[in-house]
Amino acid sequence: MAKMNMLQAINNALDLAMAKDDTVVCFGEDVGHFGGVFRATSKLQEKYGKARCFNTPLTEQGIAGFANGMAAQGMKPVAEIQFADYIFPAFDQIVNETAKFRYRSGNEFNVGGLVFRSPYGGGIAGGHYHSQSPEAYFAHTPGLKVVIPRDPYQAKGLLLASIASQDPVIFFEPKKLYRASTGEVPEEYYEIELGKAEVVREGKDVTVLAWGAQMEIVDKAVAMAQEQGVSCEVIDLRSILPWDADTVAASVMKTGRLVINHEAPLTGGFAGEIAATMQKMCFLQLESPIERVCGMDTPYPLALEKEYVADHLKTYEAIMRSVNF
Amino acid sequence: MTNPNNATITTVHTAAFTAGDALKIPTLRILKDDGNLYDGADKPTVDKATALKMYDTMVFTRVLDERMLAAQRQGRISFYMQCLGEEATTVGSAAALDEQDMIMAQYREQGALRYRGFSLEQFMNQLFSNEKDLGKGRQMPVHYGSKDIHYMTISSPLGTQIPQASGYAYAQKLRGLNNTTICYFGEGAASEGDFHAGLNMAAVHKAPVLFFCRNNGYAISTPANEQFVGDGIACRAVGYGMKALRVDGADILAVYQATKMARDYALAHNEPVLIEAMAYRLGAHSSSDDPSGYRSKEEEEMWRKTDPISRFRLWLVKQGWLDEDADKAKIEKLRTEILDALKVAEKVAKPGIEHLISDVYQQPIPALQQQLDELKQHIRKYPDAYPVTSGRLD
Repeated sequence: MAKMNMLQAINNALDLAMAKDDTVVCFGEDVGHFGGVFRATSKLQEKYGKARCFNTPLTEQGIAGFANGMAAQGMKPVAEIQFADYIFPAFDQIVNETAKFRYRSGNEFNVGGLVFRSPYGGGIAGGHYHSQSPEAYFAHTPGLKVVIPRDPYQAKGLLLASIASQDPVIFFEPKKLYRASTGEVPEEYYEIELGKAEVVREGKDVTVLAWGAQMEIVDKAVAMAQEQGVSCEVIDLRSILPWDADTVAASVMKTGRLVINHEAPLTGGFAGEIAATMQKMCFLQLESPIERVCGMDTPYPLALEKEYVADHLKTYEAIMRSVNF
Repeated sequence: MTNPNNATITTVHTAAFTAGDALKIPTLRILKDDGNLYDGADKPTVDKATALKMYDTMVFTRVLDERMLAAQRQGRISFYMQCLGEEATTVGSAAALDEQDMIMAQYREQGALRYRGFSLEQFMNQLFSNEKDLGKGRQMPVHYGSKDIHYMTISSPLGTQIPQASGYAYAQKLRGLNNTTICYFGEGAASEGDFHAGLNMAAVHKAPVLFFCRNNGYAISTPANEQFVGDGIACRAVGYGMKALRVDGADILAVYQATKMARDYALAHNEPVLIEAMAYRLGAHSSSDDPSGYRSKEEEEMWRKTDPISRFRLWLVKQGWLDEDADKAKIEKLRTEILDALKVAEKVAKPGIEHLISDVYQQPIPALQQQLDELKQHIRKYPDAYPVTSGRLD
């Protein structure tokens, strides 16, 4: 085990994946010599050469299309989109091409080896072009897998599983936690299965569900509720697509209550999908309406970021509303 | 002769490649580093008042950049981007335009903005995201904009302004305005799909737009030789069927003259023109960047010698238009004014909570109004956690 922050864990995962399999290739804007603007690919060019870790021209649609082509040829591109806010020029390549490659060809061709890595989320005074959480757009696209880790251990295991996956994966990294989140991480290769949620804390009164950087927000809210004698069961969804309805439902069957938290705006956010599924799976066990604590239905602000975000106080209030319904 | 493919057919009977070096793109230089003009260079047409305004604008952005970068280091603002070394590109081009011409910038064009008359207070209000900011404190520092002075508000995603400029200029033409749109971008942004789409649309639809590329050598850490292989950016304009000019971007007289010529041509012929200014991004990409990770101090020092401001100052002095002592005193006074304005702006309140939901739509939709009402209730319960707005919810 070694103490690593999330960036080091991601860098370590990429290093191990490249060492294990010489078809793994990392590229993106500033990814080469510089090691990426956040340094997630630091030293990889030095170690594996310019052919396997390189800068690309500044074109997200080019990066995504190039990655599709490499993956179709049988390699495993790990392409970085510098900020999730800048993934949209690549939307066509990802939604119409990456996601449908296998399906449209009757499995003649596929891009199963492909991973898009991209930092997402707020809390860094980034305003609306450096703070967005676009997971729901991609969760609406059959054929993609969407994964978001909460800490360094999770980041490494989930990224290695994403690279090993036979399906294309969008791996969103909570940039607020890049350096802030540290923890013990095994130095060797390991994978964390995609599509599985994790119960990170057991409780009996209410289920609180989140992913990525919101997990630490939820922890603070849960600690406040605990002081009021409320026992929360906390779940990290980890994979947004496919998502682990069974683990969530088992918890909601037990607690009878569900609070879902995400950074992205409320309307059309992934919490809506979870709530709809849970009311069907757990209808007779539900004791109170499912609560959603999300970003407001506006672009991500700057000066009023604190007011906008789905913070621990709003989450705590939702927990108490749920319990006292 | 053209055929249905709309391409020239020059018949040969032996296969031969055509390569880019068939195209020799000249670089316009008028003013030397020592403040003298090149032999045989066109005589500058700029008048004294314009020349002094150009100089003052460059000096203003230089001093503002120094001060605000320091303010970012002190934690007074969250982010900053300087235009060090590139002042002549945006100031020289803006000076060649009509005041009603539209400016669509990328993010490093504070020179053009200042030339148009954006006030020191307006700069500061935006940088501090306060309630006097025209953008209502919604965007990161340096994302300026002002309808009054025809300067489109900056958007961080790169290159998005390029096809928009084509459309804006096309609309100017349709509405019978004798105005153009200038569109600034870097050589990195020219790799975005929007660049290609925007140039082709402008050429096909004959939009009088000026595409102004600041080729400053770097896109964050990525040097131009890892960005593209062709001969700069100007050669691409030719590929899209438009005229192109290449200028020394540190030579404000060359930039001014090239832009004037491009503007006249664009409006006379309803055609786009591309200008490529050869520059060097002497500072970091932004306050979040550290160039020591990807380039040497020696390289930077070499380019520092081509300073656009000092060579123009030398020329102005030779013209008898600038007194060096008076200029020094003026710069000192400017430093004080900037610091004073900073101190005022940082004390101005942040935008009110109603601006969380304003401007998402022309009128807030019911769901948003409800979200705001719920938020206010929540803040009343936890006023200490939201100090920016809790004292003024009504």
